[in-house]
Amino acid sequence: MPGSLVFPAHMALHLLVVLLLPPLVPGLIAKVKARMAGRTGPPVLQLYYDLAKLARKEAVFSRTTTWVFLAGPVGAVAAGLVASLLVPFGHTPAPVAFEGDVILFAYLFGLARFLTILSALDTGSSFEGMGAAREAAFSALAEPALFLGFAALAKATASLSLTPMLLAQGAAGVRLTGPLILVLAGWAIVYLAENARIPVDDPNTHLELTMIHEVMVLDHSGRPFALVLYGASLKLVVLGALLIDLLLPATSRPWLDWLLFLGGLGLLAVAVGLVESATARFRMTKVPQFLVAGILASGFAFLLLLV
Amino acid sequence: MSLYLLAVALAAVSGLPGLVLRRRGGEVAAGLMGLAAVLGIAAAVRVLAGGAAGRLMLPAAPLGSPGLLVLDPIAAWFLMPVLLLSACGAVFGLGYWGERPGARLLRLVFGGLTASLALLVAAAHPLVFLLGWEGMAIAAFLLVMAEDRKAETRRAGWIYLVATHTGTLCLFAAFGVLAAQGAGAFAVLPRGFAASGSGTAVFVLCLLAFGFKAGVMPLHLWLPPAHAAAPSHVSALMSGVLIKMGILGLVRLLSWIPDPPLWWGAVLLCLGALSGILGVAFALGQHDLKRLLAYHSIENIGIILLGLGLGTLGKSLGHPVLQVLGYAGALLHVLNHSLFKGLLFLSAGSVAHATGTRNLDSLGGLGHRMPWTSGAFLAGAWAICGLPPLNGFVSEWFLYLGSFRALALSRWPWSVGVLAALVLIGALALACFAKAFGAVFLGLARTPAAEGVHESPRSMLVPMGVLVLACALIGLAPALVAPALDRVVGALGPPAAAGLPALSGLAGLSLLSLLALAFLGLALVLGLWLRPRRQAAALPTWDCGYAAPSARMQYTASSFADGPVSGLRWVLLPRIHRGKVRGLFPGPAHFERHVPDPVLDRAADPALRLSVRGLSLLRFAQGGQLPVYLLYVLLTLLTLLVWMVV
Repeated sequence: MPGSLVFPAHMALHLLVVLLLPPLVPGLIAKVKARMAGRTGPPVLQLYYDLAKLARKEAVFSRTTTWVFLAGPVGAVAAGLVASLLVPFGHTPAPVAFEGDVILFAYLFGLARFLTILSALDTGSSFEGMGAAREAAFSALAEPALFLGFAALAKATASLSLTPMLLAQGAAGVRLTGPLILVLAGWAIVYLAENARIPVDDPNTHLELTMIHEVMVLDHSGRPFALVLYGASLKLVVLGALLIDLLLPATSRPWLDWLLFLGGLGLLAVAVGLVESATARFRMTKVPQFLVAGILASGFAFLLLLV
Repeated sequence: MSLYLLAVALAAVSGLPGLVLRRRGGEVAAGLMGLAAVLGIAAAVRVLAGGAAGRLMLPAAPLGSPGLLVLDPIAAWFLMPVLLLSACGAVFGLGYWGERPGARLLRLVFGGLTASLALLVAAAHPLVFLLGWEGMAIAAFLLVMAEDRKAETRRAGWIYLVATHTGTLCLFAAFGVLAAQGAGAFAVLPRGFAASGSGTAVFVLCLLAFGFKAGVMPLHLWLPPAHAAAPSHVSALMSGVLIKMGILGLVRLLSWIPDPPLWWGAVLLCLGALSGILGVAFALGQHDLKRLLAYHSIENIGIILLGLGLGTLGKSLGHPVLQVLGYAGALLHVLNHSLFKGLLFLSAGSVAHATGTRNLDSLGGLGHRMPWTSGAFLAGAWAICGLPPLNGFVSEWFLYLGSFRALALSRWPWSVGVLAALVLIGALALACFAKAFGAVFLGLARTPAAEGVHESPRSMLVPMGVLVLACALIGLAPALVAPALDRVVGALGPPAAAGLPALSGLAGLSLLSLLALAFLGLALVLGLWLRPRRQAAALPTWDCGYAAPSARMQYTASSFADGPVSGLRWVLLPRIHRGKVRGLFPGPAHFERHVPDPVLDRAADPALRLSVRGLSLLRFAQGGQLPVYLLYVLLTLLTLLVWMVV
């Protein structure tokens, strides 16, 4: 079977979740962080308000920039949306699944990164160049961790499509328990790094010199910036689905599967908020070590599957 | 077959009218080359679409076997990029090289190189193969030496000549061993030959010969200087197709072997991983745009070898799926790399033509003044990083599929190494091309050389456009090339290739196209949504409160690559020159970092210097006096006389 498309109802629900839900996740994370710090914090829906405001605002463009400056936000959102079609949300199969879609999934995020880096370099700002260089260097370490996790799951499930790889339970699941924990650990590190979370990167810091992702979009404003923010929240959901799917038990009812997935997403946001509240961010020189720990975790997961 | 022969003849003579014509010699040559490309590609497509393979035979067998040339699927597959890139290069040369002194000879030799390459891909006899091989090597040497007033060019040319002839010697030896086994013709070898001692000798000799040509990692020493020194349309042809002739040789060899031993595949995989990872790592440290691209050629040869290794292991293990995916990935990457690397070298040539420099740290901001060149380079960079939806992704995808499939093959998970190599190569290539594109086309001009430039003439832009379209076509509709790939892979497999599965059944090619189109559609919609509604005032880049950012404050290519290069300093061994900063009010300081070639600069050069010093001890024998030489002749004759009598 080279591939398949699922039937319309699930597809519609999947698309709705992808299009409407993502801005809620950063709101939840911010709320948890605020509560942990004893503040009230912004409303959970804050990002929706921000997006609505940015969509009406005029964008400002530097005279240094070319069309590549816009390719970053556009490419990141378009690639994220296409990638979201490949990943199952809970125990409903993904809208599009075919042999080898896992590689396309990873490479779409590579494409988003490539265009974001170029759009940062397009401004000619030294700060944005710095962020772009860090992004390129650190992602070279995050990618192997992601792929080794895929290799472990592919070995365990004898499949190359995200839907069966992530949702294989039962016989494979029993054997997976040990490796599964390690894959989860490795991917959690990738998740924090790819989404610019503490302890790798601090989305709320005020000092440009210490930023990675945030400094790359300093010059974006108006609608392009709205796309940047939406793209970041989309990434939180789509990559988060990888983590959630590995943990969710299967039920017999489709609606219950959906509810479980949404609940899982909420829990993931809370967990990220707790991690961000409880840890300090690493010195920039320590970040590669953290990412190598992710590679090692996924690598050991793979080794465990061999014995 | 007649179409093919006509194409070879047209290419061979394309430079001749220019020798006698007073004007327009270049246009005539480009026209003939274009015609050759149309005819030759038509012939190739006919064979790849299932037509009978054309043959050129002698009436008798004076050379051991009657077959001289055969246009089988393998030949047709390699012929397409040869002719397409030659035609694009010839048109590009019109604007790039123009009517400089030597232009006529350059065109003549360019046609000769194309004809040799076209002859080589279809060679069915060792003598024809060697003829094409030497024609290619010598023509390429002459083309590299086009600017022989520069010392750098002369050095590059000599290194190339020495390297290519070392390889040719190995090739002679390999054909000699084959002929001694009674396998003088290019035909399928008997089972068991590959495992025998002479089979091993043939494999090792072929690896050396073809490895020198392809630029496999320890044998790549000629490649970066030659690619940097040659005129850009020649670099495009060299990197795009000339080094692929090494791959063609390996592919031919593998197609004659029905039962390759396991270690053949393992050796190919190891060499592939080495070339791939080190190629891209050394590319990261380069400042010269064309040298950087040359190291990426080494990287891509590594990716192709990974595919050949996977396919060969599949053949040895009797695993047809692995065999198809590995070989298909390798062969498609051969075509893809020709397209996007040709494109990248042509756009690098366009940059060098406009600015007169290839140094990344002196360029910048060209995207404003050269929008078409910038778009072409971006497309090439996009494709070479293997990013969807362009063609580089498709071939790498086959290789990923193959190495994932191989995980389930045995308890010993060797293919996870292939997987890790591919991932690492991909991530580093992305960093390297972000650096190259960013440093050349984005931001502000770093020197006056990059400021007052103009877009290149249309004759240089059209060939780039053709290559961009070809990259997009394969990327968006891989199902179009899948049947042709199946035929080529079938020609590589066991002679009775009935058991090989079709590529379209192994991978969701149509869904891939669908998603690629979805991506483009989404990007288009979002792009329209973002379009500025009215002309905004020109403002400077926000630089965190500092109001007068200058071009010198930008991140340079060296600083962009600092993370990976410092992380890999134990293998790259960069040489750093920097001034000392002393006292409270230090004077101006500078910082330079170069990454020398590991083989040429660190091993071959010192070793050769040492041997020259050792051999100079023998110089006393070369006195330069006639009587001494007469004495040598006398002594030699006496020795021979004694030897013959006794």
